[in-house]
Amino acid sequence: MNIDFSPQELAFQEEVSAFLATELPDDIRDKAANSIELTKDDFVTWQKILAKKGWAATNWPVEFGGTGWTPTQKYIFDNECAKVGAPEVMAFGLKMVAPIIYTYGNDEQKQRFLPDILASNVWWCQGYSEPNAGSDLASLKTTAMRDGDDYVVNGTKTWTTLGQHADWIFCLVRTGAADVKNQNAISFLLINMKTPGIKISPIYLLDGSPEVNEVHFDNVRVPAENLIGEEGKGWTYAKVLLTHERTNIAGVAKSKKRLQDLKEKATQTSDGLSGANAMLSDNAAWQQKIAELEIELLALEYTELKTLAEVSTGKAPGPESSILKIKGTEIQQSIDMLNVELAGYYALPFVRDQFTEGFEGVAIGPDQAAGSAPTYFNNRKATIYGGSNEIQTNIICKAVLGL
Amino acid sequence: MDFSYTEEQQMLQQSIGKFISQDYDWDSRQAVSKSAAGFSAEHWQLFAELGWLSIPFKEGDGGFGGSAVDLIVAMQEFGKGLLVEPFLANTVLAGTVISEAGSSEQKAALLAPLMEGSLQLAFAYAEPQSRYELANVQCSAVIKGDEIILNGHKSVVLNGAAAEKILVSVRTSGESCDREGISVIWVDAGMQGVRRECYASVDGQRAADIWFDDVTLPASNLLGNAGEAIDVIEMTIDRAALAVSAEAVGAMEMSLMKTVEYSKIRKQFKVTLSSFQALQHRMANMFIELAQAKSILLMAAMEMDSQKGNAPKALSAAKSRIGKAARLVGEESIQIHGGIGVTDELDVGHYFKRLTAIQFLFGSTDYHTARFAAG
Repeated sequence: MNIDFSPQELAFQEEVSAFLATELPDDIRDKAANSIELTKDDFVTWQKILAKKGWAATNWPVEFGGTGWTPTQKYIFDNECAKVGAPEVMAFGLKMVAPIIYTYGNDEQKQRFLPDILASNVWWCQGYSEPNAGSDLASLKTTAMRDGDDYVVNGTKTWTTLGQHADWIFCLVRTGAADVKNQNAISFLLINMKTPGIKISPIYLLDGSPEVNEVHFDNVRVPAENLIGEEGKGWTYAKVLLTHERTNIAGVAKSKKRLQDLKEKATQTSDGLSGANAMLSDNAAWQQKIAELEIELLALEYTELKTLAEVSTGKAPGPESSILKIKGTEIQQSIDMLNVELAGYYALPFVRDQFTEGFEGVAIGPDQAAGSAPTYFNNRKATIYGGSNEIQTNIICKAVLGL
Repeated sequence: MDFSYTEEQQMLQQSIGKFISQDYDWDSRQAVSKSAAGFSAEHWQLFAELGWLSIPFKEGDGGFGGSAVDLIVAMQEFGKGLLVEPFLANTVLAGTVISEAGSSEQKAALLAPLMEGSLQLAFAYAEPQSRYELANVQCSAVIKGDEIILNGHKSVVLNGAAAEKILVSVRTSGESCDREGISVIWVDAGMQGVRRECYASVDGQRAADIWFDDVTLPASNLLGNAGEAIDVIEMTIDRAALAVSAEAVGAMEMSLMKTVEYSKIRKQFKVTLSSFQALQHRMANMFIELAQAKSILLMAAMEMDSQKGNAPKALSAAKSRIGKAARLVGEESIQIHGGIGVTDELDVGHYFKRLTAIQFLFGSTDYHTARFAAG
């Protein structure tokens, strides 16, 4: 065991840092610094810059265009990106569907889909949840009936994040007869969003953003060649993907940066109790809360590093991914709340346009305050999505403790 | 000791409860919240006719009596409906300042029309640098003969958009954070030199940031003695803190009820959510939080009414404890609902938003914990 970076790793850190300093576009950096929402173009622009450098796919094997980085390199990369506010890559293509395609897809599918994912030419979205299949995902009802060379898809998918931008959707669909055991009738199907019969409608979240959608399928004909792997194996594939998704969900690097920012901002905010010159950063109760959170995050950081190290030796991430998901999202939400506390009265104004590009009105309150409450509201989703924290707890009960 | 409401208080509770359940259903509330004004003028007139706008005031001022217990009876019911009409900002905040500091002429000019429902007021006390410290006042008012010159910036003024007249805490002498030298004056919102940026707040209500640039007023716009307003301001903010604490109790009650109901309907894994013991315990815990919140609310209201000098500390205990409960009940309601809970469409998310806003109004949970500790 050794906690220090090797000389090679230190050199890599310098390389990443230098790359970000020159290649991260100023307008994207400014938006991140000022809580302005990134547009589709911003994400695509940044991902294309990463792709050009060969750094878009940090989790793929080298043979498909991945970086082949060690867990330590990924850790360094994530931390350096978070420090400067570089956007996190959109997970749906690069981190979610691509591993399924290169692991379970056939050669034709790999050649057809992976290059466009790597180059960010195509925007993907996820079609898993349904109005009546949330935590109980296996009870999903969207059907794909074989008809000649096609599947005919009917049903509704929901919580489709940024589906409004998507060119393709990867779906879990029911291909088997109704009497086949739930999980064994589920297949993994790729669907072009421009196919006739698909309708998408926005769902507005508590921060007023149309971030997620419902996607309706009405007799949508999908070529059978878009099926990944075998019919009825979709659940198995998705479960593997979900454990990968959970290891991504912890968001440790981003939480570290946000905590750091919070500490900085508290030095510029009066504590509102002890007189004009007392700052929140000097308030003992505030310091205690920040310290407890930092300690929790430090423990999680090493849980994550340990997990990633095990994964790199070829093991699939096991129930540890549930720990990462639970603690990671709890920490994120604690930081969300501390940002609201920091804002005080200025957490109340809600000028939604203030967070979008091209706003020309009068900004209300200090920059750090605007957006604190909407972010806190919106991010309550974190303990619900990706398998709710209650489901993660059940996984630990069953898979680890044998309860 | 007596924990029962008087007959009058029971009637008030029933009358507001009936309005909320019959005329203030979710769709109506949302339509009103999203309208240009952000509240219904018709509702406001109705409140005046029913005498609700007189609740916080003494009988001598033409009010209902002005007890703290009356106030929490009303606010709990308003909280159940997530009322967006500016009862808190106009009636409780601005009304209390006038009732406590105003001369009889000023009460006739401001308080009487307020109770009749014909005047919208706001109380501007917070500033960008002040956070919850009420003596941290930098807005300046220079009294020269029979004129007052007002300059400064007030932040997050509740009902600041609709207010026709604005009461402002100002510094007439001394340094920022001195308790002496703070006064309250009133300003016509339409006066030259008054600039407002109006906005919705995260809980669907309306507020404004207001700038004063060399606004010239007659000296008669001063309420009470120059430089001696801090006690009235503190007492007013404590009243308002009690009011929103009661509102939170009403909102928590509804949020818990809606969560329990939903858990009995929503099925996953072929059974209702309510059949999972892990979730049952969490809803029971929400119920315990609510019970603790209700009890400490009554304690604070009774201490306020008994006027033995314990009111500020009792209020801080209540605001702190209720803030903690509001956070837990609000967050757990969303979590138990699952994805549907974070949508704008469902009411439970809006209870959560209001419960969040209340935690930061008139002193945050941490602020009041510290104030309680300080004695």
